[in-house]
Amino acid sequence: MARITLDHIRHAYGEKPKSEADYSLKEVHHEWNDGGAYALLGPSGCGKTTLLNIISGLLQPSEGRILFDGNDVTNLSTQQRNIAQVFQFPVIYDTMTVYDNLAFPLRNRGVAEPEVDRRVREILEMIDLSDWAKKTARGLTADQKQKISLGRGLVRNDVNAILFDEPLTVIDPHMKWVLRSQLKKLHRQFGFTMVYVTHDQTEALTFADKVVVMYDGQIVQIGTPAELFEKPSHTFVGYFIGSPGMNVLPASIDGSSVKIGQETLTLGYQPQIAVGAKTELGIRPEFISLSRDGMPVSISKVEDIGRQKIVRAEFAGKPIAIVVPEDGEIPADPRVTFDPAAINIYADSWRIGREG
Amino acid sequence: MNKTWNNKAWFMVLPVLLLVAFSAVIPLMTVVNYSVQDTFGNNQFFWNGVGWFSDVLESDRFWQALGRNLLFSGIILAIEIPLGILIALNMPKKGLGVPVCLVLMALPLLIPWNVVGTIWQVFGRVDIGLLGRTLDALGISYNYVNNVFDAWLTLIVMDVWHWTSLVVLLCYAGLVSIPEAYFQAAKIDGASRWAVFRYIQLPKMKRVLLIAFLLRFMDSFMIYTEPFVVTGGGPGNSTTFLSIDLVKMAIGQFDLGPAAAMSIIYFLIILLLSWIFYTVMTSSDEQA
Repeated sequence: MARITLDHIRHAYGEKPKSEADYSLKEVHHEWNDGGAYALLGPSGCGKTTLLNIISGLLQPSEGRILFDGNDVTNLSTQQRNIAQVFQFPVIYDTMTVYDNLAFPLRNRGVAEPEVDRRVREILEMIDLSDWAKKTARGLTADQKQKISLGRGLVRNDVNAILFDEPLTVIDPHMKWVLRSQLKKLHRQFGFTMVYVTHDQTEALTFADKVVVMYDGQIVQIGTPAELFEKPSHTFVGYFIGSPGMNVLPASIDGSSVKIGQETLTLGYQPQIAVGAKTELGIRPEFISLSRDGMPVSISKVEDIGRQKIVRAEFAGKPIAIVVPEDGEIPADPRVTFDPAAINIYADSWRIGREG
Repeated sequence: MNKTWNNKAWFMVLPVLLLVAFSAVIPLMTVVNYSVQDTFGNNQFFWNGVGWFSDVLESDRFWQALGRNLLFSGIILAIEIPLGILIALNMPKKGLGVPVCLVLMALPLLIPWNVVGTIWQVFGRVDIGLLGRTLDALGISYNYVNNVFDAWLTLIVMDVWHWTSLVVLLCYAGLVSIPEAYFQAAKIDGASRWAVFRYIQLPKMKRVLLIAFLLRFMDSFMIYTEPFVVTGGGPGNSTTFLSIDLVKMAIGQFDLGPAAAMSIIYFLIILLLSWIFYTVMTSSDEQA
């Protein structure tokens, strides 16, 4: 178990990166606390897997250093770093039995056989494959195979960190919940540092204490699920987290007043915005209330998703989404008000803090 | 569900039937025909039953030739399969080396059998051949014309030179199809180079290896052109394989009956051995 420091890491797959765009991973400078459960969240191709492989040592970063508990491990191999990693698609050794598959990482490290047996049985129990222990792994279904992959990642109890690269993609939804809660339990029990890559926000928000949102090769925000929801520091985070995502409306800002189309709102503070920046206002659909007072909107569609209704409407010429409680009324002459505390102001897509 | 039966559809398979009949069934049946009859010329044949078969099976000549075949196939398989795997494992996986290696590997396969034979026949000659002269100059006695061991050595080296590439190419195809994640997982699991080979690469190559093994077995068991060109079956009868013996019998001595019987026995042996190998090598698949 270790504190993992990424010291100005950058990575380009090409030989000689010339411009910023050549880097598939832009500069990352971050510390993962010992025993933390982190989720790396972002769309496909945003550099999550690259970052993960750099931590595990499967990939050498083009620039920067990696430190485990302050020791430089940049040039150490995966094995020397003592990291477990679970991949997106199941990797099993199909000539071995299920038992031997799980014992493989331990036996390779010369763990004594009684200890191997104890650990393997524990994992078999956990992934619910005890009955299959003596069977060859070849005949298993995709999710059983993935459980073995997962089990091989968990079987060593002395690892510095366990990295998960979208491990539950091939597993069916019910089993996903079961396995995820087992992972959480294991995390509480042993306190491994866990980094979990996913593009599924529910998975990220339920698994992790801290979610790292990546977009286009860079980390755009690191925060608790609540922070990501309330104060998305980049319009991408606002759009990516939450369902439906945050409404982002072009706005012009003058002192503490915001003008969207013909409507003007007043903020309780004066955002400091650089000259010439593109300014936008972000408001989550949950913080817009639909009533008879406020600014006029025209409703185009109402989607009833069970517990609540999502109203698609047009506000100042732009489409917005509004979340209305299931029993909420939709007036004939609809008007909206924005919760002032939930308004975020963005300049060139980055959030402008209230403090500054 | 009611299916419409239309027996006219059978006419659709007629072309294939004719093709197979003329290319395989009819020639094979002429051989069968010869094998059970005897003739004294003038196109007059009379029934001989299984006489030729028992003659062939009782002759030492047949069993000795069969023994040579089995020994030859055994030796070249024992060399070409491991060597092919070893070369395939060490071939580059990406970059400019890939096409270069593939072309180099494919070259021997493009050379016709009799040309390969001629190349080695000349190459090994003691009077003018590069290999023969060099060995002679080094004081190593080597002469494939009158030394049994040298004759065998030449044939084996020639076959390895000619056909290891096939095993290499098949294995290489099997190796490059293994997803990168397997090797990454093996690294994470702390697997040694040997364990990676034993538990990832070898199992994934199993199918192509089976094909390589069968192709090389059948091909080497039917070897004819190269020994015919290089040694002509000699010295003595030491490199007279079944195929060479068969041609001697059929065309040299014009003993059509025994030759036909031997052809059929030869064919059945190859069929039987291939079936056994295939069954044994695929049986472990079905247990899972």
